Amino acid sequence: MTTLGFCDLGVRYGGTEAVRGFNDLLHAGEWLCLIGPNGAGKSSVLRAAAGLVRYSGSVAVDQVEIPAASPRWRSRRIAYVPQSPVMPADMRVGEYVLLGRNPWVGHFSRESAADRAAVRGVIEALELGALAGRRVGDLSGGERQRMVVARALAQEAPVLLLDEPTSALDVGHQQHALELVDRLRRERGLTVVSAMHDLTLAGLYADRLVLMHQGVRVAAGTASEVLVPEVLAEFYGASVRVHTDPDGTVVVVPVRPRSGTVPG
Amino acid sequence: MAVLVAVGAVAVAVAMVVGAMVGPAGPAWWRVPLALLDRLPWVSVDSGLTARQWDVVWMIRAPRVVLAALVGATLSLAGASYQGVFRNPLVDPYLLGAAAGAGLGATVVFAVGRSSTSAWPVDPLPLAAFVGALVAVAATYVVGAAFGGARSGASLVLAGVAVTSFATAIQAFILQRNSDVVRQVYSWILGRLSTATWGDVRLVLPYVVASTLAMLLHRRLLDVLRVGEDEAAALGADVRRIRLVVVLAATLGTAAVVAVSGLIAFVGIIVPHAVRLAVGPSYRRVLPVSLLAGAAFLVLADVPSRVLADPAETPIGVVTAFLGAPFFLALLRAREVRQ
Repeated sequence: MTTLGFCDLGVRYGGTEAVRGFNDLLHAGEWLCLIGPNGAGKSSVLRAAAGLVRYSGSVAVDQVEIPAASPRWRSRRIAYVPQSPVMPADMRVGEYVLLGRNPWVGHFSRESAADRAAVRGVIEALELGALAGRRVGDLSGGERQRMVVARALAQEAPVLLLDEPTSALDVGHQQHALELVDRLRRERGLTVVSAMHDLTLAGLYADRLVLMHQGVRVAAGTASEVLVPEVLAEFYGASVRVHTDPDGTVVVVPVRPRSGTVPG
Repeated sequence: MAVLVAVGAVAVAVAMVVGAMVGPAGPAWWRVPLALLDRLPWVSVDSGLTARQWDVVWMIRAPRVVLAALVGATLSLAGASYQGVFRNPLVDPYLLGAAAGAGLGATVVFAVGRSSTSAWPVDPLPLAAFVGALVAVAATYVVGAAFGGARSGASLVLAGVAVTSFATAIQAFILQRNSDVVRQVYSWILGRLSTATWGDVRLVLPYVVASTLAMLLHRRLLDVLRVGEDEAAALGADVRRIRLVVVLAATLGTAAVVAVSGLIAFVGIIVPHAVRLAVGPSYRRVLPVSLLAGAAFLVLADVPSRVLADPAETPIGVVTAFLGAPFFLALLRAREVRQ
């Protein structure tokens, strides 16, 4: 079980500041969901933790700061699923999942029997066995999503970052994908950070939500604390109604603005 | 995999024997394999070759065949490696300015005059081509890194385009001033193996071996790069280091073979693509099989270049491009149909 800490994280793209003064500490096995409007800096936080952008401040795994110059150290501890992963159409599904072993394979050596066994285990766990020999280009959207998660799991990293994991899926596949992540989180004790647009789903699966706006965190807490109409109106510029079901589920429903103008 | 490599190695051996059998002013073709067999330890065959005929085979044809194999192997392997590192199937080993740089270097030597340099202890032509290719690619790397993002291969490709046109412009200017050497430069650019000696083979061998080893060592990492620079980095690959080492190795090998053989076109594109169609897109197979297929292909392509216009030589660059252009179009068409 592994903690993930952000301390005064800042990300800049040229002159624009995408993330400023971001702090958080995820306890082991926690699922944190970043929400916020487009351009709020959610993806930048994930990309910083994955080592894909330069950042100021620090990201720490189990209180050890990630060394900037070691992609291998990082990739053994943090697995990252991007918003739209590159999927070489002519690659085989098994080969794709095998790429997840790269952090553990010597630069110039081949995958060991143990690496291949780990990949077989992941492929079985995600019920991809029948697809392992298929071309990536021949898979459906839901199958691809499972394949990408399989590659991340093959990394055997205790921290999993998911950037919009379900935005390309229909409602059924969204549910399947998130249930899968939740199951794996419980089985393997993964610490999960995801960025999501669907607020109801975010509240349903994450332990804690962090709302970002213009690169700064503006609210944090459980779904019922963060998902309130006034807050969403202020930061999303959206008109929404929020229901709380008897079982505690917070449901966010868009409504037509009464005056015909959007608040905020 | 072992089977693929074995088949490839046999193909190279057969191609080389065939290459040694054909050509003007030699013994009957069927006597050559016998003579080669006779040279093997513990084998004795009466081939009936005269000493002079054996010299034709061993001093003229053999180095040419060996050089063709080295050049073909290096260009194919470098092409496949460049395609992997830039994730672009239409890239060839000359992409980053190696061809234009080598061409400029050779042009300068021809313009200064071969006669005035004939007294030099080393032949300046391969040296100038080698240095020209390396300088051009180094310039591309510096320019690309200065103006593009550190991780982007695209800026490097664009810098290569700029450096290529710059070097080509200087070359055109020099040729304009020295129109008497246009013919020589032209024939150098089209590529030639006709003047190959064992000295040429010895000259390029260290570079070819070093660059081949470096490229082959990266074959698994080139597969990791297939998911893009960002994801490869998130998977723990040091993308910049991999690109630098692979480009350096591919460039060194390309520059060395270009220096002795001129600019042989299309081998670096058609061979890796044909290999992909045969063994699939994984670089673990594409790299070693391209190496062997490239060697066999260029040795065989050199055969028509010797006999088509006998007794004159057809430049080997013409033969490879003549075969390569239609193949390339067919390939593009096949890709279109699939997508």
